[in-house]
Formats: sequence, structure tokens, C-alpha cells
Amino acid sequence: MNSPQNPDLIIENSTKWSISIYELLHKHFIRQVVYVPDSGHSSLINQCHRDRTIETIVMSTEEEGVAHLSGAWLGGDRGLMLMQSSGVGNCVNMFSLITECRIPFVTFITMRGQWGEFNPWQVQMGQNTHEILSLSGFVVHTIDNPEDVVETIDAGLKLAFDSSRAIAVLLSQRLIGRKEFVEK
Amino acid sequence: MITNQPLHRREVVKCLLAERKDLLVVSGLGSATYDCAAAGDNEKNFYLWGAMGGSVPLALGLAIAQPNKPVLVITGDGDLLMGLGALTTVGAQAPKNLAIVVLDNEIYGETGAQPTATAKGTDLNAIARACSLKVIDDVFNLGKVKELSQTLYLGKGPIFANIKVEQETPPKILPSTDGVFLKNRFRDAVLS
Repeated sequence: MNSPQNPDLIIENSTKWSISIYELLHKHFIRQVVYVPDSGHSSLINQCHRDRTIETIVMSTEEEGVAHLSGAWLGGDRGLMLMQSSGVGNCVNMFSLITECRIPFVTFITMRGQWGEFNPWQVQMGQNTHEILSLSGFVVHTIDNPEDVVETIDAGLKLAFDSSRAIAVLLSQRLIGRKEFVEK
Repeated sequence: MITNQPLHRREVVKCLLAERKDLLVVSGLGSATYDCAAAGDNEKNFYLWGAMGGSVPLALGLAIAQPNKPVLVITGDGDLLMGLGALTTVGAQAPKNLAIVVLDNEIYGETGAQPTATAKGTDLNAIARACSLKVIDDVFNLGKVKELSQTLYLGKGPIFANIKVEQETPPKILPSTDGVFLKNRFRDAVLS
């Protein structure tokens, strides 16, 4: 997980658009949300946990989430995975399950190591997330501006479930706000 | 260390599935998939051919989506060891309709019989117990396997049983490798 810092600023930023995303989950009948946490997702994660119509489940690693949502789909449930960019690297072989079986799959990814990152250990995955997802058969949408959140996520969810595709929506570090290292 | 006489994997799986009702079966890659196919292909089997470490989390997502249907994972020690963290998630979610059976031959049988950690002291039943699963740890003969097969329908999960099996290579009975076919067939059977 992340290094020492004060994530309050990021949570405040993410609260502004997470409400819109949450409403879209209902519009698209999402029944299971799995995640490995990130500050940028924390508002949405909390909203999902409070919602008794959605099963919201923390994973021990992101690849577990890929398999979990494949099983959910086999049982008739639509799902969503929330993770940060570092988690994409943990998933690569498990992605073969969704591409080989052509299982609709959606993940929203908060980006680290991309824009003004303070932690060098985040940079390798942050700089390669888009390419790794493309190589793994994903359609990748990127959001840089808050006004694009609703339209992009709505389109991504529709494409995933109507066209049986794997979709990744990257929430850029410019959108969620940089983490600052705060010495206390 | 194998302390009791190990069972034959094909006999264990055949016995587990002999009187299956509405059971949904997920098999881990390699021998467990061949064992399930050998027991009789079924539209309510979902065979993994890859995605190592994925059988348990896949079955958890399925069990949550279909809480009124029993879900059984049949897999090997190698697959389970690759996704050991998933047992913590299963324990935390505690789905009553999920059971996990591990056919533990203490080797990676597909790749040259290299020993797994279970050959050197790792106790999967103890790990599962520590993750709050309901462990059945006395499955040393086919009578006990039959008892286990009957508990799958009682909604008393999450059940876990590590069964020691022989290091043998029965004839390969190969189900379809076509993921889209397997997905559509299984999903149609579940949702119809």
C-alpha cells in the first residue's frame, strides 16, 4: 500500500465525482464491487459498502478480483473492480481468463506514478499501465478532467456489458490529485 | 509427509460427484480439470485450463451470485498455493454454499513432479482453519469422501477439505478448452 502521507486532499477531490460514479453503478445493475483500496477510490468504496444492494468485497490481491468477478458473471452478476495502477501488474496472467472466455469486465484504476509522483516505486507501473492493459486485450479509456467522468464511465460500462469486452477506465493523477509527502 | 494411505484422485472425484444434484463445480487447472471431466462432462462444470490460483476466488464470486446453489471447487495443492490469499477472503465472506476440496499429491504433477510446500510440512487444513473455514480433516477413505459429498448440500460452508492423494498420472480425459463455449454453456445452465 501507499507510503506515509496525508490522503485527505485526495479523498476530498474524489468525493466530488464519486457520487456520479456511484449512481452509474445502479444504472448498469452492478451487483458486486471488489477492490484493493486506494485513497482515490475511498469515497466510492464507502458508498458501496453502505449500499446493501451491492456486495462490496476487499481482495487480498488484484488478480483475485479478476477471478472473483469472472465467477460472479458465470453466476449472473455484473461486477466492478477498483484498484490502483500498481495492481494491474499483479493481474496479467489472470486477465487470460476474461479474454479467453470473453467475460465482460470493468475496472476503474486510480493512477499513481504518472503526474508529479513523489514515490519512485510507483513510477514503473504508472508509466506502463495503459500499455499493459492494451496488450492484455482491454479497451482503455482515460479521464483527465472531472467533467468527463460521467460520460466516460457510462460509455465504458455500456461497452463492457453490451459488447462482452474488458474495459479499463484510468482516473488520472491530474484528476484525483497528487499525493503529497507530509512530514509530521 | 503423507501420514495416511493416500487415496486415488479419480475415485475421490467420482465419489464426490456421483450423486450430484444442482451442484456447480469449478475445477483448477491441470489434473483436477481432467478428474472432473473423467467423472462425466457436465454443463454445470466450469473447467479452468489456466488462470492458476484462480479457482477459489472464481468460485467465491459465483457462490455470492448464486447463494441458493451449492458451489464446489475441486483443485490441486499447486493451484491453491498460488492463490492462498483467497482463503482469507473466503473466510471473511463466509459463504454458506461454498466448499473447497484440494486433491493434495504434494507435487506439481503437470510439470515434472517437483515437490510443493505440502511435501515439506505446509498443512493446508491448518491454514484454512486459521482463515475461519470449516475444515473436514479426516477424509482418509472413500466412505469419508461420500460423507463429505453429502454435506455439500447442507448450506453449512464454507467447507474446506484437503485430501491426500497418490502421486499418479491417470489417463488424461480432456474437456473442451474453448473458454467461450465453457462460459456460455455453464452460464446458460445456471441461469436457465
